[in-house]
Amino acid sequence: MQLIDQHTKKIMEGCKERARDAGLSFADETLEYVVTNRDMLELSPKVMIPTLYDYWVHDVEVLKGKGRYELYPHNPYETVINTRPAISFYNDNNPDWLNVMIFYHVLAHVDFFQNNQFFRHTWEYDLAGQALADKRLIARLRSEKGRWVDYVIEFARGVDNLVDYFGELSQLDRPPATHLTRRRDYYFDVFLQAVKKVKTAEYIREIERYNDCQNKYDELADDTFFSDVAEKYPEFETMFHKYLEVLEPARLDVLQFLLEYSPFLNRDENKWMKSVIDIVRKTSVYFQPQIRTKIMNEGWASYWHETLFLRDERIKGHEADFARIHAGVTSMPRVGLNPYALGMRLFQHIEEGAGRGKYTHDYHKLADAWQREKYDAATGKGPEFIFHLREHMADFLFLNTFVDQEFVNRHRLFVTGKRLNRQRMVWEYYVKSRNADEYRQMLLELLYHPPSIAIDRQKSDGGTLSLVHRFEGKPLVQEFIAGTMLGIEFLWGGRVQLETSEVTLPPPQEGWAPAEKKEGIQWQRVVYTMEGRKLRKENLQ
Amino acid sequence: MGKDLQTYFDALKAQGLPPDREERLLAELRDERSHEPLPSSSAKHEPHPFYGSGDLAALQDVAPPQTPYTVGIRSLDELLERDRMREQDGFPRKIQLGRLIKPARAGGKERFVIVPTTVEEKLLHDQVRLPEEEESAGGSGSGEEGEVIGEQPVRPEGEEGGEGAGAGGGEAHELESTAYDLGKILSEKFELPNLKDKGKKSALVRYSYDLTDKKRGFGQLLDKKATLRRIIETNIALGNIPDISNIDTTRFLIAPDDRVYRILSRELDYESQAMIFFVRDYSGSMDGKPTELVVSQHILVYSWLLYQYAKQVESRFIVHDNEAKEVPDFYSYYSARVAGGTKVASAFRLVNEIVEKEKLAKDYNIFIFHGTDGDDWDTEGKEALPELKKMITYASRIGVTVVRHSYIGSSKTEVESYLENSGLLKEKPELLRMDAMDIEAEEARVIEGIKRLIS
Repeated sequence: MQLIDQHTKKIMEGCKERARDAGLSFADETLEYVVTNRDMLELSPKVMIPTLYDYWVHDVEVLKGKGRYELYPHNPYETVINTRPAISFYNDNNPDWLNVMIFYHVLAHVDFFQNNQFFRHTWEYDLAGQALADKRLIARLRSEKGRWVDYVIEFARGVDNLVDYFGELSQLDRPPATHLTRRRDYYFDVFLQAVKKVKTAEYIREIERYNDCQNKYDELADDTFFSDVAEKYPEFETMFHKYLEVLEPARLDVLQFLLEYSPFLNRDENKWMKSVIDIVRKTSVYFQPQIRTKIMNEGWASYWHETLFLRDERIKGHEADFARIHAGVTSMPRVGLNPYALGMRLFQHIEEGAGRGKYTHDYHKLADAWQREKYDAATGKGPEFIFHLREHMADFLFLNTFVDQEFVNRHRLFVTGKRLNRQRMVWEYYVKSRNADEYRQMLLELLYHPPSIAIDRQKSDGGTLSLVHRFEGKPLVQEFIAGTMLGIEFLWGGRVQLETSEVTLPPPQEGWAPAEKKEGIQWQRVVYTMEGRKLRKENLQ
Repeated sequence: MGKDLQTYFDALKAQGLPPDREERLLAELRDERSHEPLPSSSAKHEPHPFYGSGDLAALQDVAPPQTPYTVGIRSLDELLERDRMREQDGFPRKIQLGRLIKPARAGGKERFVIVPTTVEEKLLHDQVRLPEEEESAGGSGSGEEGEVIGEQPVRPEGEEGGEGAGAGGGEAHELESTAYDLGKILSEKFELPNLKDKGKKSALVRYSYDLTDKKRGFGQLLDKKATLRRIIETNIALGNIPDISNIDTTRFLIAPDDRVYRILSRELDYESQAMIFFVRDYSGSMDGKPTELVVSQHILVYSWLLYQYAKQVESRFIVHDNEAKEVPDFYSYYSARVAGGTKVASAFRLVNEIVEKEKLAKDYNIFIFHGTDGDDWDTEGKEALPELKKMITYASRIGVTVVRHSYIGSSKTEVESYLENSGLLKEKPELLRMDAMDIEAEEARVIEGIKRLIS
């Protein structure tokens, strides 16, 4: 890999200045590399991170490509990666005007990475550097332990999509719990409700009393309040201290739990495995926000490359070239979806709407369609509003909040249905619905959503690790259960159980059998048990 | 064929048919599909609408990198070794054999690639869809609700390509070379027993004469380019070319040995040793999974024999419904649509005719592999069995694969029952094998089946 030449770098620096003037913010340094097809071969299985650890499946995976987007939360062919400094990749024969457009696109991505709160946990360190250290560690272990390193990587990767990313995020920027706040929390959240089971009126009286104290005594409020409590409930302090001792254990995801409690991993001769697992876990957590902000991120970048390119005086004369490429990237397909197009239009729609004051109570009060159409409070807050969104939202919130009927009508969007025409033996595509609710639902269905699988600590004693899949209307991919649980069993060193839900469908149809009868889906709660590398299944109830 | 089939059906009906069987026969009879091949581009696994697109492709037109076919094969031994170790360590094997993959016809040439694949197993959400539920996607533009905006021909699931996309370089005989490698993997991975040398038919060797060898000093034809090269070499050595930008040919010395000639020489030409007939039932009832299983088994058998006979294999492809016909290549064999009624005898008869007409029995080891769902209108095999007996006289091995529909249950299909009743299976186990698998069979079962057919 080779850095771009000085001439092109100068263009990039010019783009940075203009992007900053428009309000984007990002670190000064960036690295731009020219990549060849050969580089791509090496980079793509490694999530475009040149320093990622080696793993043999990477070599085979290149040969398959089935369902890879469902398997791992990243896009293998991204142009810019979220490192410090941000690294981006280029074809070596792009003309200057095209590079200008791509640079703006890249800078908007970098701005997104470095400002969106869902990337908060990636701000403090450089992944490329970290990954290099990890890669060396794994290489060293591999020279000592041989193929067992690869088994550990494999088994850890088997559950690396279950990392508690949101839990990790929620730990950041949280004020540390002090003794005082804990006592207050315990009193109101646990003691009154769970221990004393007071009536609602009583509970509200206590809250009012607390607020009174707060107003009257300021810093001494808590002391005053709790001295009264001690009079009323003499047992409170003892119970509070007891509670602190057995404070609710922290929520751990599967990998964290294994690292902490696995008898197998905590044996002296197996401790090296923990560092491997930790690397797999950290890498996965790092990439979690990527896939959850795909539409916003691409929309944001497309929005800015359009805006900034058209303003850039350096590329005069290439408007038509730009238009052709830009339309290719951001056109709405007749059938199908395009994250660039959807995200960009949504940002533009929101900016305009916010400028006219449409995300306000006053606007929502209007019942008259004509008045709504005419509504314009001229707030001038459009740009500010979308900058706010880029900081605080991810795809789900973004789509769920802002895909409304107005947006759907404006861009003439619809849900496409696909049905079989048996006479002509063709699939027919038809306009199924132009209703915004259905359109939004269709979008949300497509978003990445790993299953939520947690450890049931109550059941997890006596050497068994008990996992519970929270049912959300979808079963697990059955053929992968055995392999994954085998891995967990290895890392845990004992029996592993998984509770999940499965479909009992009407019997499968043969090709030419008589027309099927319509039957609903029935769900059955089942437990898989992996013991001694053998899997068995039992129905619950 | 409609008329013949109708007459045949009427005749069968006159003899009396159980109602469920009549229904199945009628379904095939009324099947109006034809056998034209399916469109070759398979877009089964479309990329995810959101996560399938990336900046490099969208903005810079950088296609996802294509792994050259050779890179994959080079690491194959290592992969297989790793896979063997897994078993030793008590973990299930992870390398799967890539199925047949057929990218679009490039420049009129169909290309096939067979690759080893693996999958990263994770706990993932699966999709549940009721059989009649429709797929929905996004769209934009004009059109009233309910209006049809486009259509696409149906590809019955049975003929879908392998899993995942893939493409490779290489030229015309790509299928051969990859199938050869697949055969190698098969024999190593699954420890298929090596086929015994039948010994009855000796390999044919013949000589041909051609101007292929080179000889210095004398010969039939002067190779001017090679001669000139030698002259220059000699003269460089002699120091006759002081300045290469200004060569004075008049100063050249020419030694007698510098003259390079082509001479007539005897070349060994090996004749193919084995002829394989692949026979596949493509009647209406083969829709879906049965076809997929039969075809994937046949490509594995093909690969296997190609390896066994060190590529000295010729193959013939025959498809049949109630009539049989020969198709020119594996592509047509593989991709012909299912339709029509079933008469196994027609295919056997055609094989016999071809063997007889071309006098193949004398020069070849003949293998015949037949794949069917076991459904035959000729219930008792009155026509099929005599043809089969004739085949046994010359064939080295006949392997019949029956993919049983789930409605068969524990009873036997027609083909199964008449083969067993004939006693041929017991009489000539060396020559005739049958393997019946359920419709839900996995790849491992398919390979197990090959062992039964071939061992």
